Amino acid sequence: MENAWIIPVLPLFSFLFLLLFGKRLKESSAYVGIILTFGSLVYSLSVLWERFSQPTYKAEAVWLTIGDVQLTAGYEINQLNALMLVIVSLVSFLVHVYSKGYMHDDNRFPVFYSYLGLFTFAMLGLVLSPNLLQLYIFWELVGLGSFLLIGFYFYKQEAKAAAKKAFIMTRIGDVGLLIGMILLFLEVGSFELDIIFHALETGVISDNMITIISLLIFVGAIGKSGQFPLHTWLPDAMEGPTPVSALIHAATMVAAGVYLVATMFPLFSASETAMLTVAIVGGFTAIFAATIGIVQNDIKRVLAYSTVSQLGYMMLALGSAGYVAGVFHLMTHAFFKALLFLAAGSVIHAVSTQNIKEMGGLWKKLTFTGPLFLIGTLAISGVPLFSGFFSKDEILIATWTEGHYGLFIIALITAFFTAFYMFRLFFLVFMGENRGSSSKVHESPRSMIFPMVVLAVLAIFSGYINTPWFGTFLGDWLVEGNPALGHGHIDGPMWIMLVASGISLGGILLAYLMYMKRNVSAKFFGGEQSPVYDVLLRKYYIDEIYGYTVIPLTKGISMIFHFIDKFIIEGIASLVGAIVSTVGNIGAKLQNGQIQQYITVALVGLAMLLVVYALTGGVL
Amino acid sequence: MTSVPLSAYLVLALILFCIGLYGALTKKNIVIVLLCVELMLNAANINLVAFSKYGLTPSITGQVFSLFTIAVAAAEVAVGLAILIAFYRNRKTVNIEEVNLMKN
Repeated sequence: MENAWIIPVLPLFSFLFLLLFGKRLKESSAYVGIILTFGSLVYSLSVLWERFSQPTYKAEAVWLTIGDVQLTAGYEINQLNALMLVIVSLVSFLVHVYSKGYMHDDNRFPVFYSYLGLFTFAMLGLVLSPNLLQLYIFWELVGLGSFLLIGFYFYKQEAKAAAKKAFIMTRIGDVGLLIGMILLFLEVGSFELDIIFHALETGVISDNMITIISLLIFVGAIGKSGQFPLHTWLPDAMEGPTPVSALIHAATMVAAGVYLVATMFPLFSASETAMLTVAIVGGFTAIFAATIGIVQNDIKRVLAYSTVSQLGYMMLALGSAGYVAGVFHLMTHAFFKALLFLAAGSVIHAVSTQNIKEMGGLWKKLTFTGPLFLIGTLAISGVPLFSGFFSKDEILIATWTEGHYGLFIIALITAFFTAFYMFRLFFLVFMGENRGSSSKVHESPRSMIFPMVVLAVLAIFSGYINTPWFGTFLGDWLVEGNPALGHGHIDGPMWIMLVASGISLGGILLAYLMYMKRNVSAKFFGGEQSPVYDVLLRKYYIDEIYGYTVIPLTKGISMIFHFIDKFIIEGIASLVGAIVSTVGNIGAKLQNGQIQQYITVALVGLAMLLVVYALTGGVL
Repeated sequence: MTSVPLSAYLVLALILFCIGLYGALTKKNIVIVLLCVELMLNAANINLVAFSKYGLTPSITGQVFSLFTIAVAAAEVAVGLAILIAFYRNRKTVNIEEVNLMKN
């Protein structure tokens, strides 16, 4: 664990190396990225292994000394960090492998790999940070990585707009985080998480202040994790290449908001208002995004809304004091959502379209992708024995025992919707008749299948490390030695598990009847002309609402400042310039080489001096 | 016998100086300009001589000094004309307006 700093440095090295030599390496730059991230993965696994038997390791050095304040930089390996290290480096490694097949004919191939390296470096640095300042720096760096990768196809207008949107909207959240951090610093006098939590225990910070600070930090998490009302950037971010969507917008970066809340959990749990806000925002986002996901026709957008919805689920868990449930779901979700995105990428790779209305009947043609996608779908739907089932169950139990019955119902409905729209997607893409135009459907190369197989195995089995049946290893280990994080496992009534399985199977059944048997008409809730459908398809008009309220307001303000800048500030500046240049021009004209004129001017000057001399009576 | 007053000398010198100055500033021919400069010098000489005779402390110094001036002026004219001839050979002109190559 002493050398854990190597883990983020390896991808950084990949980034720098490919930045310098990528053009020469061309396609073989993939190997550089793959080998280096594999190194990170191996090292992360060994760190995780060591962490099982050893206490939290922390190393830091003084970075800056300002007056009495010492800012430190370093790294810390506690349970959550070690777990996140493995998740991030694993998904990053698999995406590196996958991209070799997916991006093979792109002529900016090495650039793609160098960006991936930059992002991986930032994300690994983020999860290792022992203090808020360092966390904030890496927080912004992952934002940069996300921006670069969303806008990778920068010649596409939508991709350019999506990249800007993602950057600006997450920045809105980041302002909240920054203010929260500063307030915390004013109160405690340190960015160190240890010191902050210690201060919480001794009661240095007033209760109101805790609420304000944790809400502000939560604003940062809202922006990064695509929670309502700052969620609209995440579906648009699907303009990026699909491996990027899997890595950044499903498994790692968007989970950073959840990670932030989990890291700051002792702070949040000290304020009931903050916890309730987290739970409500999470619950609302979960059901809100799930309803939108039902009607979307772009395969990646469905997955994007399901990501938003699942992130809401995690927030709901954290807000309901289910620290373990939230982190557990974060882990399982990273696996099965990355799997789904990679499988979706494989489908897109095969049929060259993202519109599910132009797909169908791909089960027989994509013999590997089909079953793998099904595994992911089963896992996210919460079908019993798959990983998503166990983590969702933990969340439901946490919500129930916390007494948030309303949110519990919402979570159940969301689970139903999730199962429904995921199987709608599955049936429309893989079953039925082929509605597409492309006849040359081909299975993806081995480099794309391999990562999906690894993720599929994890999507099935990763749930078993924390089950009420065989033991809650993950939960017990996560909260070990830290009572502020709550219990490793919360015992809930048995019926919750049964109801949850029933609900998810019900959602699958409805999707089956609607899209396979067609017993139940898809127009059951109104056809495509109905207002409900329209509202859902337009994502509740959120983008339009922003377009008519926030954006004109911002534009208005910026126009006023632009006006001030252009006519007043710039006016003064150019006036000064004009005066100087006019004087210069006059001077230049005087110096024309005509000696007689020079003498005349000198004479006139002398005469004037004499006149003044005479008038003042010689006092000059 | 009424002697010529000091003021008459000074006025003569003033007129001479002004004519010289005017010529030096306005004439385009460099030869004329040089002549006008000589005129101004001689105006100064008149002043020197006049003050050596009618000044508050009359002394021979003024006359000696004016002789010096004449000698220096002769040397200066010699150099000036030499430059002028060299210039004329170079540019085939004696127009002062074209003596502006040092401008840039």
